[in-house]
Amino acid sequence: MIARIFPHPLLTLTLVIVWQMLVNYVSLGTLVFGLILGIVIPLLTAPYWPDRPRLKSPMMIVEFILIVLWDIVVANIVVAKTILFTRNASMHPTWITIPLDLRTPEAITVLAGTITMTPGTVSSDVAADGRSLLVHCLNAPDPDAVVADIKQRYERRLKEIFE
Amino acid sequence: MGLDMALWQEITVSVFLVVAGIFGLVGSFGLLKLPDPMTRLHAPTKATTLGVGGVLIASMLYFIFAKGQISFHELMITLFLFLTAPITAHFLAKANLHTNVNRADVPPPVGDRPWAGYESDDARRIAEGESTPGA
Repeated sequence: MIARIFPHPLLTLTLVIVWQMLVNYVSLGTLVFGLILGIVIPLLTAPYWPDRPRLKSPMMIVEFILIVLWDIVVANIVVAKTILFTRNASMHPTWITIPLDLRTPEAITVLAGTITMTPGTVSSDVAADGRSLLVHCLNAPDPDAVVADIKQRYERRLKEIFE
Repeated sequence: MGLDMALWQEITVSVFLVVAGIFGLVGSFGLLKLPDPMTRLHAPTKATTLGVGGVLIASMLYFIFAKGQISFHELMITLFLFLTAPITAHFLAKANLHTNVNRADVPPPVGDRPWAGYESDDARRIAEGESTPGA
């Protein structure tokens, strides 16, 4: 019964908090309306999202977010340098295939999003069987190092969080 | 800028604005300079991270310094950007894979099945019919 009203309890909680932040203050009225949204939206979207993703170690999320934010800052500077100081002829844009150890769709989605948001790499496609990601690198003289880096920094932590 | 801010506060906010502006400019310059659609796709993913991020941090600091209140809207903008920017980039990349990229240039995936964008509907039905009998 409770599982039917709250198919995704974490999504409900997230929606309530997001609504409070959108209205930028907390009152009984905003709390009630946030709760209504938090109940109705998961119910409406439940058919598209039948399985509940499991979070094994939520504390790892904080570490993961901090690492990604740091990497975004560093990679921004690297890519800015590439754009400004590397001639197009001497760049090494390349496609790489990342073999995936992750199996849950949510974890693969987060990994693909992370790869895109860290500048210099854009995740472009996923294999039909969900076992590899196609990633485009702006400047990768050593493609194997990029694959190893992504697997070591992001995928290993996502595996701990989701699986 | 608010008149009720100390000089160091104004400088801090300004530094974030200027840094954000520089990264936004470099991102736009990248759109002009880079040679093909796939490399050009890297430029907007940068403008939305440090470029927009810097403006949002400056905005949060301004509201804390000048108005003495914490604003959550910047965090929301960050959240929505991080949700939408990868999806847009993904769609653009997939469209480009279909129209401009020679399939022979794209490395194969690890398993037996091709990239999702290159698999025909018939091939998908056969592959998934075999893996889940009766479906």
